[in-house]
Amino acid sequence: MTSQQDIPLYDEVVNGFDDWADLISPNETSDLRKTRRQAFEKFRESGFPSIRNEDWKYTNLTRFLKDEYRLGSPAPLALSPALLAAAAIPEFDCYTLVLVNGVWEKKYNTGLPSGIDLLPIAEAKADPALAAWFERSAYGKDRHFTELNTAFFSDGLFIRMKAGSSLDKPLHIIHAFTAGYNLMVQPRHIFVLDRNAELSIVESVVSTAGDARIWVNSFTEIALQTDAKLHHALIQAAAPGVRLVNHTTVRQKKQSLYNNYTFTLPGADLVRNDLQARLEEDHTETHLYGLYLAAGQQLIDNHTLVDHQKPSCFSNELYKGVLLEQSTGVFNGKVYVHQDAQKTNAFQQNNNLVIGKKATIDSKPELEIYADDVKCSHGTTVGQFSEEALFYLRARGIGEAAAKALLINAFALDVTEKIKWSAVEAHINRLISQHIPVTHA
Amino acid sequence: MLIIKNLHAEVEEKQILKGINLTVNPGEVHAIMGPNGSGKSSLASVLAGKENYHVTEGEVEFQGKNLLTMNPETRAREGLFLAFQYPIEIPGVSNVNFLKTALGEIRNYRGLPPLDAKEFLRLSREKQKLVEFDAALVNRSLNEGFSGGEKKRNEIFQLAMLEPSLSILDETDSGLDIDALRIVSQGVNKLRSENNAFIIITHYQRLLEYIVPDFVHVLYNGRIVRSGTKELALELEEKGYDWLKEESREKAATL
Ligand SMILES: Nc1ncnc2c1ncn2[C@@H]1O[C@H](COP(=O)(O)OP(=O)(O)OP(=O)(O)O)[C@@H](O)[C@H]1O
Ligand SMILES: [Mg+2]
Repeated sequence: MTSQQDIPLYDEVVNGFDDWADLISPNETSDLRKTRRQAFEKFRESGFPSIRNEDWKYTNLTRFLKDEYRLGSPAPLALSPALLAAAAIPEFDCYTLVLVNGVWEKKYNTGLPSGIDLLPIAEAKADPALAAWFERSAYGKDRHFTELNTAFFSDGLFIRMKAGSSLDKPLHIIHAFTAGYNLMVQPRHIFVLDRNAELSIVESVVSTAGDARIWVNSFTEIALQTDAKLHHALIQAAAPGVRLVNHTTVRQKKQSLYNNYTFTLPGADLVRNDLQARLEEDHTETHLYGLYLAAGQQLIDNHTLVDHQKPSCFSNELYKGVLLEQSTGVFNGKVYVHQDAQKTNAFQQNNNLVIGKKATIDSKPELEIYADDVKCSHGTTVGQFSEEALFYLRARGIGEAAAKALLINAFALDVTEKIKWSAVEAHINRLISQHIPVTHA
Repeated sequence: MLIIKNLHAEVEEKQILKGINLTVNPGEVHAIMGPNGSGKSSLASVLAGKENYHVTEGEVEFQGKNLLTMNPETRAREGLFLAFQYPIEIPGVSNVNFLKTALGEIRNYRGLPPLDAKEFLRLSREKQKLVEFDAALVNRSLNEGFSGGEKKRNEIFQLAMLEPSLSILDETDSGLDIDALRIVSQGVNKLRSENNAFIIITHYQRLLEYIVPDFVHVLYNGRIVRSGTKELALELEEKGYDWLKEESREKAATL
């Protein structure tokens, strides 16, 4: 383990576990308590990752781990209407749920849907019938944050769609974070779609701007049974002060479909996404679309894994990045094709526009292929604005800033146009243009 | 409107323009002809403000102002328009959005209020008709996948929308079919007025039958080596450029 000496949060966590466990686990199953203990021991051994860990090579956490954080979720704070308004997606016909610091606040619901099981994790984890969903992830490869989350999570959202069911509208889940002092929150979410169920989820991450630092260590597990379909968008638009580590594991069974759209906008100091699609049975389909727009000193890191375990699965991944100012981007896209996974189609593309003179991107595709009858491709580009295009626009009277905004929107279009809800697409485009200086429209 | 005096310019340390003198008055149409590589597009680029060209000597006055100190967008807002010889494709930027932005910025510069959606649509329809520009193309990405002729027509459509005072058409005729040439020329003729002017760069006398120029200039080796009226274009059509090249070589030798 790397030295945890100058990390006050490590001490806080290690010394605080026993009290914490007493506090949150009285009604939990003994299995879960055991799971937590194991996860905690693992974390205690490994600690927070450093750049010596291969998966964290380009993402140095030191400057974010200097601060002290308190654990847990404080008594629910009132949310400012402005924050909720900012998270709302205009003209998007949906059901809205709001979680404050990882706790579902039902008073903010707008029209709760029927035909779906919705449960706070705090209740789900006490239900022996659901115990299987709380077993320690078979994929505990990240020995750091997922273990920490497993040891400490107390709440979140449990969603289950019964076999063959679907909703008439998408679900919009707003994750709002707010604190008056430095805080670490560790939500756990579980989405289960039984056989042939279909669901659309749009998640928004927002926070109140303030002096407090909020470390969010979020862990979402998704299970898609045979023929299930999940359309899943994530809009990360938290304010400075937030450090967001977000791990999502998707387990796909036969012929299931998973569409993910991850949008990360300027704001949060750090965003690290680990998105893992585990294709455990044949004939699955997976699309991962990502767009990251980084500004200021921001660090945005997307680690994805598409794990082709079985034959005849299709995966397609397109991530695009725009790096402004002094921001840093990291993209690591791993595609693993097991020996068994014949007739795999796996495609991956990562394109970056590096605009800030001090901005950087580290992009690394990683393909490990152990089957011979497969079609796989990957590509990475890193570029600047096309001078020709910029001149053409300016020669028509368009100022430099507006011309750049047009070109950034054009660059992002391959990803934004993939969203199937036009209101969400418009919302994203608005968020993008908020962060690009435009003289006048 | 435009006064070019002794203009010298280089690109990548290569001298391309070697002392251009040209005056264009409101209401006039000037044609510039000349062999390949003589510097016609370079002159257009320098006037439009392309940054890889460096002016090493001379001055350019546009409507009483020093053109050379303005950035490209200011030149456009002041009323200069270059229809490119090779219009580029910009995938992802819609033609409409692009034009709205351009028109908005130009109007703002001139202290005019922005057009609302309805007014913009009306103007766009009117100008599409003028150059018979396919409405379907207006909604596509800027020049993406356009045929050569469609790109040229789009340049003229933009010209019609932005109503510049000085338009430079760089070989707009090449790539246009016979009908398109007539349509585009008629469009340009309708846009002509005593307040605006055109510089038309072309290789072919044919265009000049439709858009009749007041003056014809021959650019060779970075200089205007001959100026005349529309009859000069006919003479060139007949005799080619060799006699002018010869003449200019002799002149250079005696200097
Ligand atoms: N970026 C550049 N680097 C080097 N040389 C250049 C560059 N751009 C133009 N030139 C050179 O400048 C000269 C003039 O080119 P220009 O395009 O102005 O010619 P033109 O008169 O428009 O020719 P055409 O009739 O073929 O369009 C040519 O010799 C060309 O190769
Ligand atoms: Mg040319």
